[in-house]
Amino acid sequence: MGQVIAFWIFAVAIVGAALGVVLLKNVFRAAILLITCFLGVAGIFILLSADFLAAMQILIYVGAIAILVILAIMLTRELSIGSMSNKFKIPAFIIAALFCAGIIWVVSKTNWQISGTAPAATTTSGLANQLFSKDGYILPVEIIPTVLLATILGAIVLIKDKKK
Amino acid sequence: MTIGLNNYLILSAILFSIGLYGALAKHNAIVILMSIEIMLSAVNIAFVAFSRFITPTALTGQVFALFAMAVAAAETAVGLAIIISIYRNKETIDANKIDLMKW
Amino acid sequence: MQNNFVCLIVLLPFLSFLIVSLILRPMFRKQPKIAGYVTITAVAASFILSVITLCKLIGSPDHVLKVADINWMFIQNGVNIHLGLMVNALTGIMLMVVTTVSLMVQIYSQGYMKDDAGYHRYYAWMSLFTTAMLGLVMANSLLLAFMFWELVGLCSYLLIGFWFHKPSAANAAKKAFIVTRIGDFGFLAAIILLYTHTGTFDIATLQGMAVSGALAGWVLTWAAIGIFAGAVGKSAQFPLHVWLPDAMEGPTPVSALIHAATMAAAGVFLVARTYPLFEHSATALTTVGIIGGFTAIFAASIALVQNDIKRVLAYSTISQLGYMMLGLATGGVAVGIFHLFNHAFFKALLFLGAGSINHATGTFDMREMGGLRKAMPKTFATFCIGAASLAGLWPLSGFWSKDAILSNALDKQPLLFVLVIITVFMTAFYMFRVVFMTFGGTYRGKQHLHESSPVMTIPLFILAGLAIASGWVNLNGGFNSFFGSGTTHSVLEGLFGIFKEPLPWISLILACAGIFLAYAIYSKKWISAEALGKTFAFPYKVFYNKYFVDELYEGIIVKKVLMGGLFAAARWFDSTVIDGGVNTFIIQKVIVKNFFAGLFAFDRNGVDGAVNGVAGTTLAAGKTIRKAQTGQLQFYGLIIGLGIIALIAGVFIFSRV
Repeated sequence: MGQVIAFWIFAVAIVGAALGVVLLKNVFRAAILLITCFLGVAGIFILLSADFLAAMQILIYVGAIAILVILAIMLTRELSIGSMSNKFKIPAFIIAALFCAGIIWVVSKTNWQISGTAPAATTTSGLANQLFSKDGYILPVEIIPTVLLATILGAIVLIKDKKK
Repeated sequence: MTIGLNNYLILSAILFSIGLYGALAKHNAIVILMSIEIMLSAVNIAFVAFSRFITPTALTGQVFALFAMAVAAAETAVGLAIIISIYRNKETIDANKIDLMKW
Repeated sequence: MQNNFVCLIVLLPFLSFLIVSLILRPMFRKQPKIAGYVTITAVAASFILSVITLCKLIGSPDHVLKVADINWMFIQNGVNIHLGLMVNALTGIMLMVVTTVSLMVQIYSQGYMKDDAGYHRYYAWMSLFTTAMLGLVMANSLLLAFMFWELVGLCSYLLIGFWFHKPSAANAAKKAFIVTRIGDFGFLAAIILLYTHTGTFDIATLQGMAVSGALAGWVLTWAAIGIFAGAVGKSAQFPLHVWLPDAMEGPTPVSALIHAATMAAAGVFLVARTYPLFEHSATALTTVGIIGGFTAIFAASIALVQNDIKRVLAYSTISQLGYMMLGLATGGVAVGIFHLFNHAFFKALLFLGAGSINHATGTFDMREMGGLRKAMPKTFATFCIGAASLAGLWPLSGFWSKDAILSNALDKQPLLFVLVIITVFMTAFYMFRVVFMTFGGTYRGKQHLHESSPVMTIPLFILAGLAIASGWVNLNGGFNSFFGSGTTHSVLEGLFGIFKEPLPWISLILACAGIFLAYAIYSKKWISAEALGKTFAFPYKVFYNKYFVDELYEGIIVKKVLMGGLFAAARWFDSTVIDGGVNTFIIQKVIVKNFFAGLFAFDRNGVDGAVNGVAGTTLAAGKTIRKAQTGQLQFYGLIIGLGIIALIAGVFIFSRV
């Protein structure tokens, strides 16, 4: 019962925040609502018994990405236009609506094989096993740092002041 | 009513569509980036929901969501670097005005 | 066949021609004198062989030597052409004439052409000419004779135009060749006529047929006239005489050899060779006589007023050739050939003398000469001897032959006799006019005068000796009997008995009168030449302009009739009728052209249209589609989204998941 309520609260919060991000004129407020969206997603994760992931979500998304976005907003302040819609408003809406409808129809049509096993209480050890054990996803674990390294270097290069 | 897989998936779909609309229909490049983050989050929800409801013991979905998060972080960093760089050169972050690759 | 050595007479000069042109000229450029030596050696050898031949001829029966001939061409249905040599009395005399004069001229040329750049070329052509002339006199068939005839004409062209960079010389060579060609056309027509009617080219056979009467009537007459036409061309008789004065553009030794002594005489020789044909056709013989007689006086009248030594000598040659023709017509072979024999020597002498004068004074114009007697005594002496011989003074050679012609003309053609007797006077006059203008009085020019070198004067002396003595071979009638006519008598009888007749007296008086008149006008100046010129202004003008014959030929016949009329007609015919016909034929090809036009249209519209259409479509499509590249990211995103939805829809529609 509690789950149902929690879910609906979180769901409404997420969707509302997302709509706000997309529709608001003020970019800064959109950024704040993004943070709200992320917090809501973290809540959903908790409902799905993904506790580690929820923590990660808050850490990474809210702690890093959202801050970065706010930083970028502050660095590229365009007060005149703010955040407006462009000429593709209607086609984008149509496509988004169609896409949504399509996915929902597919999802409801599919026969999901729901397993009845109860999820683990804490997922950390399970994740650790998945990631670092012999049959786990150790390769991606090693590759991700490389990607991050490339990202860091790329970002530095892009941001570097060219006027020497 | 119980919250089944379908609920989470429908939530994910809606979130994804909202993000899609924002990515296609906004001027501001940073808002586009934020929309992309929303899309990625929606996908993470779907992954974790699948993992919870179909294979609860093998946390494959969660692992994938973890990696997706890492990549999203990286991609956001680079994207913002690009936006700032464009802003330095062109004094604008209007996505419609960056059209040098036109016919 | 011990007489085969006569072939060498022809072959030796030909060999020298080959050596000079093929070996000496390319390889021994720097020593031109060798060419002269080789040629002189060859001609001298031919001369010696000719003397031997003559001796043999005198000794042999009928004065004929048998020489083998070669079977040249044998075609199935009876065409059998032999080529060979015919050596009889006529040949023997002609050989002597040609080789002697040729030898003298070659030696003389060593001095005259000494520093000329074309030394090799000169001796090569001279050797070739000697070959051709010797071949002509020895040919036994009309075909072979015609070949050598043409070769002689070619050499004349080459040698007249020897200094080809002078346009006057080149034109003169061209004129000579073309005018003689007109005569050769008649000759060729006669040969063909004879061949078709008799089936042979052999001269001996033809002579026999004429004598026996197998060849008679119009065939014989026309053949004889055709042969005479060739002779008219080569021997410069009226009306084909116009080339000989212009041929004086060539070097003087060339004039001496070719246009005085030998080639010009070839025409006379040809008539003599085929004499039986003329004998048995009265018409032809009369034609020969009339043209000969008329030419004699015609040319002599022109020579009266010319100022160029060589021109005077050229017209004199024409006149003397007329004499020879008349002699042939009235007296037979012996008479005409006797004059040819004598004339060759003294005319060559006169020409070589003129060359010697030119060497000293640098000109041929007599108005710039005078008083050369003291500076050039040897030339003067020999020239006088030649002039006297030509005038017909006793006992020089010219007297005997001219007298023979006159007496025969009196017998056979009285009208012509009147013409030639007047010509005797004129001949003496113009010849001594030359002598007095050139050697008498004082020098009117500006050059430094000197006598010529021995290499030039020795031939003059030799020829002078011959000019005196060559007539004496007939003193005992030997020459005539050599030709099978006349009887022999003692030398003294011949020498002095001549004066029994009145005719020699008349001719002698006329000759002396001519000489005296020349003396009066040009030496003593008792009568002024200019006053005479004014009194006889009209005849003077006519003579001076050569009776306007050249103007007639070039202005009217060539320009108006031929170029304007005949050739223009031919050109019209060719361009309008023939080319028009072809073009009409091509117009008929319009039908074909339509076919081609259809193909062309198909190619242009269909094939090219297709190719261009494809290209055009591609371009148009590109033009339209490129608008899709807006460069706007979100536009692309939109399309991607659209695509994804379409894919999903497609998957669902077609697979019914």
